[in-house]
Amino acid sequence: MQRVTEFLKWIETTEVAVFMSQSTWAFSAILMLHLIAIILVVGMITIVDMRLIGLASRHCAVTDLCRDVLPLTWAAFVVATGTGLLVFTAQPVKYFDNYAFRMKFALMALAGINMLVFQLMTYRGVSNWDRDASVPLAARFAGAISLASWLAVVAYGRWTGYSMF
Amino acid sequence: MVALTQWLAGLPLSRMVRTISWVIPLLQTIHILAIGMVLSSVIMIDLRIWGFSRSQTLVQSSHRFLPWLWSGLLLLTVTGIVLLVGEPRRSLLNGTFQLKMLIMALAITATLAFHIALQQNGKLWDGDPDARWKAGIFAAATLVLWLAVTAVGRGRWIANLLPR
Repeated sequence: MQRVTEFLKWIETTEVAVFMSQSTWAFSAILMLHLIAIILVVGMITIVDMRLIGLASRHCAVTDLCRDVLPLTWAAFVVATGTGLLVFTAQPVKYFDNYAFRMKFALMALAGINMLVFQLMTYRGVSNWDRDASVPLAARFAGAISLASWLAVVAYGRWTGYSMF
Repeated sequence: MVALTQWLAGLPLSRMVRTISWVIPLLQTIHILAIGMVLSSVIMIDLRIWGFSRSQTLVQSSHRFLPWLWSGLLLLTVTGIVLLVGEPRRSLLNGTFQLKMLIMALAITATLAFHIALQQNGKLWDGDPDARWKAGIFAAATLVLWLAVTAVGRGRWIANLLPR
């Protein structure tokens, strides 16, 4: 734990961190970009998740939907991560201390692992159920876990902002 | 306007929103998710128009995503109104908020016009790349307007999140 605190304190001393914590316009602009990027990630991933769960787009082929949605989702995720890291450097110790912030990361990890399992295992057999309105249970589960975790990420993210001071 | 904010602040709903600690963050979270619905719907329709996805016709995708767009808008309006009633002075008397409302009026008008144009010309646009080009500009403008509403909306909160 000591090492972590030292590392975080070190981050505070870097040029990036000093800039982020002192420049109000930079912090505001980058945070704004972060929020828009997250909204895009969640909005787009919901489209795929709803298809897997079976609540929407049931006539679309899963592969078609993924092909349309995922590239943009990944691009938005990259922007969200980059901007998020920058925002983090403004107050690394305080953010790390924040319960909601840590929960947000725990849930993102869950979403990530869920996505990996889906991609590497369940999705392999997609040609069998690509056009089915009702997809296999594993895929439906993946969609539900994904949706639930990302909704929670948004909620914890909002809570983080609220509880920082 | 000031009299209006005072009247709103006196309402029982207003007091409830302000005193129960989790109401405002919850409403804001739903508000954020509803923005996600609106933006992703606009993007999915725009992708068809710009030709980045050919798995569905424009008619099919607008049929699929427009309902989500308008439902998202409804959710935004309901949560927005309750948030406003909860903090009338912070909203109604704030210049950034007024700007957001103005841009939103433009965005809604553009979306409505876009919806009507899709109903009337969807089939034409599916077949004719030239017509689709014009529709593409229309689509881009709608997306930009909604992104602008979102950005200006955030500008209000960000002030509260600055490092201290």
